[in-house]
Amino acid sequence: MSATAPAMPRKLTRKEQRAVDNKTKLTSPTASVIAIIIAIVWTTPTAGLLITSFRPASEIRTTGWWTVFSNPDFTTENYSDALGTSGLGQSFINSIVITIPAVIIPILLALLAAYAFAWIPFKGRDILFTAVFALQVVPIQVTLIPLLTQYVNVGLDGTLWVLWLSHSMFALPLAIFLLHNFMKEIPASLIEAARVDGAGHVRIFFTVLLPLLVPAIASFGIFQFLWVWNDLLVAMVFASNDYAPVTRKIAEMVGSFGSAWHLLAAGAFISMLVPVIVFLALQRYFVRGMLAGGVKG
Amino acid sequence: MSKLPLRKILGGTAATAMVFSLAACSSEDSGGNDLITYEIDCTQFEEFGDLSGTTVTVYSSIASESEAQPHVDSFAPFEECTGVDVEWEGNRDFEAQMPIRAAAGNAPDIAYFPQPGLMGSIVRDYNDQVVPVGPTAEANIDQYYSEAFKAYGTVDGTLYGVPVGANVKSFVWYSPSMFAEAGYEIPTTWDELMTITEDIAANAEGVEKPWCAGIESGGATGWPATDWVEDMMLRTATPEQYDQWVTNELAFNDPVVIEAIDKAGSILKNPDYVNGGLGNVATIATAPFTDAGLPILDGQCWMHRQASFYQANWGEGVTVAEDGDVWAFYLPADSVDEHPVLGAGEFATAFRDAPEVHAFQAYLTSPDWSNIKGQTTPNGGWLSANTELDPANLTKPIDQLSYEILADPATVFRFDGSDLMPSAVGAGTFWTEMTSWIANDKSTQDVADAIQDSWPSE
Repeated sequence: MSATAPAMPRKLTRKEQRAVDNKTKLTSPTASVIAIIIAIVWTTPTAGLLITSFRPASEIRTTGWWTVFSNPDFTTENYSDALGTSGLGQSFINSIVITIPAVIIPILLALLAAYAFAWIPFKGRDILFTAVFALQVVPIQVTLIPLLTQYVNVGLDGTLWVLWLSHSMFALPLAIFLLHNFMKEIPASLIEAARVDGAGHVRIFFTVLLPLLVPAIASFGIFQFLWVWNDLLVAMVFASNDYAPVTRKIAEMVGSFGSAWHLLAAGAFISMLVPVIVFLALQRYFVRGMLAGGVKG
Repeated sequence: MSKLPLRKILGGTAATAMVFSLAACSSEDSGGNDLITYEIDCTQFEEFGDLSGTTVTVYSSIASESEAQPHVDSFAPFEECTGVDVEWEGNRDFEAQMPIRAAAGNAPDIAYFPQPGLMGSIVRDYNDQVVPVGPTAEANIDQYYSEAFKAYGTVDGTLYGVPVGANVKSFVWYSPSMFAEAGYEIPTTWDELMTITEDIAANAEGVEKPWCAGIESGGATGWPATDWVEDMMLRTATPEQYDQWVTNELAFNDPVVIEAIDKAGSILKNPDYVNGGLGNVATIATAPFTDAGLPILDGQCWMHRQASFYQANWGEGVTVAEDGDVWAFYLPADSVDEHPVLGAGEFATAFRDAPEVHAFQAYLTSPDWSNIKGQTTPNGGWLSANTELDPANLTKPIDQLSYEILADPATVFRFDGSDLMPSAVGAGTFWTEMTSWIANDKSTQDVADAIQDSWPSE
């Protein structure tokens, strides 16, 4: 991508210069201190949750997790109890079955819509785009009853489509907006050149834009994956018992009168496992996608 | 000793293998059937015709496996007799989800309402969807249940809900060994209770206090305090006044109600009496109700007023029995002759007019089901108010004690008032105002006035 560097003489290439700049920026002591403080503040609750998940039930109920430093007492019982809940394996599969299409569907639709909004001039485009953008303001809670009514009328109720469609609908406004912005940042000259060479919309979309959009798609994909995986509200309202995802299963572990809430910390970590793996595997794209938004063409 | 780790390892592997195996768990898990020794007469369902191949869906707030499985198991004899497939769907968020499902026209065949108040509002709002209880089930209720339970299942003169479970809230948890060492007898009147309380307070050391309480419960914070007030209402006012209070015929800021709240305050807001092992009065508002009784196990608290279902909260290794680590006594009234009991329960309402649904309600109201359900609930925490229930079929002593209290002819049973009031009050201001009564030391009069003002004016 960096092959089109301007032919100006200098000691360092542009890439090297950027690396040096970054290094000086990142090694500023103030920035380091702030970064470390933020890291500690953000990690403490998670660390506390992790410690809690390994403490015996009687300890969890009576003292805080920080007391482990003076009185260490660990057990894996919470994990074996949580994993022993029957149907947890099935709910993991449900979560995966719900999440993957709920990530792919909005990305596919949003890519097409974003392309149209960015590069196909048509009447009312701006108004329509503003309308889509404005849809993000609608809280999903107000849509629950009307949506469920529609699903029941159409006869979709109780199927997985209900979950896929709901998640797709709730994701689309943001997905279109984000991908549109990414697409808009690609230099118009690139598109025009392709057009001059005789490429149609389909060709431009697949051969010119798509390779440039991979980081953007990946970063939105991670967002959407985390959102759907961690979702409890949509699962509570729309999912039938057979398709209950892992979040709902874990919420149900505590019992009607909350007598087993000590299992929640272990349950949270079990459920967290998959998103953490996904994030670690894709974080390269994630960071690149965030930067892609910040660099002007 | 060497056997233990091995079993742990094996257990662990089995659990992991179970979780990650792709084989879907069969919904027809009949693991509890061997618990059932009770014989059931299948001919009682003949009047409903041939039901085989039909399905009845049940929607309930009971979602965790340990609590739902006993219910599913208890339907097995009915399923064998009739060929009906009963599908259980639990959702912890039932109170919020049920109105959504009703509004969307997606109601289940049977819904288990934990609050008659919510049942009443659903019945009134979606009158075209609910189905009154059939004649067989109604005859069962007339025969096997007290008038009070039938009344709580009735909305505007029509019976819509069949009672499917009950619990007793008028209990004080204590440690039998602590009482024995100190030489205290179980109090049988309110004065005796207060004498013991004063005596404990006078001899208490450090964080030790006679009472401990906690009303934190997430979005429902405050409900344990409403139970306190309801129990006091039953002890300071007449049952008739209690019924009027629930419908607001008796205003919430009436002196009768103020007296009851103050009576609760005589313990809950007395810094000498609370909050054992947890701190001062204000800690009642922040202590989770699930854990508030646990200081009893450390000897830092002597008494904890909470319902029979609290037995599940003591944790593993704690024996709940009269000669065990913890036990409960009936919260006494002013005299031995009075026997008011605060309780709660679930009611099953039908949303589909079909013979299998009516047959299912008939089964739920029969003595058969109550006895079988007792047997399929090995961990306890369930009882019904069915008069033909044999306490021997209840597995836990506290459930047996609860049943004895319910079945006692001297008992005057009243349903948890906050579950009967309009939800704006019963699941709203009553909770929040009681919380600020404790947390902010708001005066009883201000609290009562605020709740009265919030009462919806129809």
